[in-house]
Amino acid sequence: MRNAFIQELVALARQHPHIALIVGDLGYSVIEPFAEEFPDRFINAGVAEQNMTGLAAGMASEGYHVFTYSIANFPTFRCAEQIRNDVAYHKLPVTVVAVGGGLAYGALGYSHHAVQDYALMRTMPNMQIAAPGDPMETRACMRYLVEHPGPSYLRLGKAGEPCFHEVPPEVNPGQWLKIREGDEEHVLLSTGACLQMAMEWANEGKLGNRSIYSLPLWSMKDKDIQIKNLQSRKEVTTLEDHLQDAGFGSWLLEARVQDPKIACTINLMALNHTVCGTVGSQTTLNRIGGLTI
Amino acid sequence: MNSLELDSYDLARRMRIQALQMVHRARASHIGSALSICDIVATLYGQVMHLQPDQPAATQRDRFILSKGHACVAVYAALAETGFFPKENLFRYGQDHSELMNHISHKVPGVEFSTGSLGHGLPFGTGKALAAKMQAQNWRTFVLLSDGELGEGSNWEAMMFAAHHQLDNLVAIVDYNKLQSLTTVDQTLRIEPLADKAHAFGWAVREVDGHDHVKLAELLGTLPWEAGKPSFLIAHTTKGKGVSFMENKVEWHYKSPSQEQLDQALEELNHA
Repeated sequence: MRNAFIQELVALARQHPHIALIVGDLGYSVIEPFAEEFPDRFINAGVAEQNMTGLAAGMASEGYHVFTYSIANFPTFRCAEQIRNDVAYHKLPVTVVAVGGGLAYGALGYSHHAVQDYALMRTMPNMQIAAPGDPMETRACMRYLVEHPGPSYLRLGKAGEPCFHEVPPEVNPGQWLKIREGDEEHVLLSTGACLQMAMEWANEGKLGNRSIYSLPLWSMKDKDIQIKNLQSRKEVTTLEDHLQDAGFGSWLLEARVQDPKIACTINLMALNHTVCGTVGSQTTLNRIGGLTI
Repeated sequence: MNSLELDSYDLARRMRIQALQMVHRARASHIGSALSICDIVATLYGQVMHLQPDQPAATQRDRFILSKGHACVAVYAALAETGFFPKENLFRYGQDHSELMNHISHKVPGVEFSTGSLGHGLPFGTGKALAAKMQAQNWRTFVLLSDGELGEGSNWEAMMFAAHHQLDNLVAIVDYNKLQSLTTVDQTLRIEPLADKAHAFGWAVREVDGHDHVKLAELLGTLPWEAGKPSFLIAHTTKGKGVSFMENKVEWHYKSPSQEQLDQALEELNHA
């Protein structure tokens, strides 16, 4: 996913001279293609995320679309107020990029476990969350974010994720993307890189005949349009590699309660807090956190 | 001189009167902080910055950011007094649904950036200054900070960055009135030796009487002081300046003047 990210960013930067990249002293063996081709639009802000984000907002106020890049919680929680006040409140085109969403950096410990980031970002007005399920959705989301500039959060896995689309799909906020055909009344809805987990379960026959969907673009303001996705269904199981508290499944539950007539059951597959403070491989930690079938 | 060429002493006096009336009507706080910066802001708007009040977003304008957003009435008054919007709009300050919020708001014509939480203005201004360099533009960015605000680490991150990137189109002005929320800066979190610190961070540093318009204009009229270095102006000020019973009193960080106090303050300013 991070390779798709940098390839797409380079391609977009060739078309759009106002795209800039600021990294928080991270991105070794990832960001070099951009830095080499666009040295005038690449900045390493050093280990200083608050300044990185305020700086990005200032540049964005002067016409740039700035991507800030770091890993795990550093570009989000460390500078949460800069995102809230400087970027989101002022509706500036800054895309906060976090690599290693969920438990991708499992062995590195709690500091590197990004399992509360949706909770933070989805409570900010004007903030568009982009949590692509594969490298193709990553490219599609980035094209969308550049065409619709504003505050956004791009949550990536790591590297080597398989593709579930042959080409970048058309993406729109709140719109579910069908990944596997099946029963339309009982479906699984995934956000972010844990789509890979859902597809592995499906291949092992653990999901029955459920259809599988990915929802890469969602936000506070996309709740209303979920009603029609829920009206025709009996059961939606949400999947996310994030704590259940204030995450993606909770977002869909909030969408559902807006219409008391909806009978659709929503089951949440999300991490529980017992995973916090434990180290291990991503697979092991997801299992400890309760993402098993 | 800038294009407005106003009598900045008279502008500052009118700003103080407007600011006092605004906080009295709205029963708002922070009048001491606003009076502290009136001379700095009046010199910037009246003499130093390139501005077009009828075109608040003119590309070549100098950018001003009030990082100590709680002192906003001074800037609202400056904007109204220099023609960015009608003076009668100042009556809306502090009212329900007003764009003139009690911390500076970008919804007001002429305001670049909303603040209120401290430590946000300098990183944002650094981004503007960097953008100007990247686009080979000549406009400057002025950021006005408080002394207590320097406790926020984000300022020092921005100071390192601005020096590293040689942003000599960036000016930080510290309103050094030596008082913060509960007591003196010295007794809270000492920032001295401030000039040495800023110098060590790679900035060109000057100190000035922050109520002396001639000296302020002289220094701010010869920017940058050193090519390749951002400029750091330590402006020694008096909190509550211009109203005898408000000067150097922590309580005027919070209190709103009564009708009697307002009358007394206006009396002093009208005869100043």
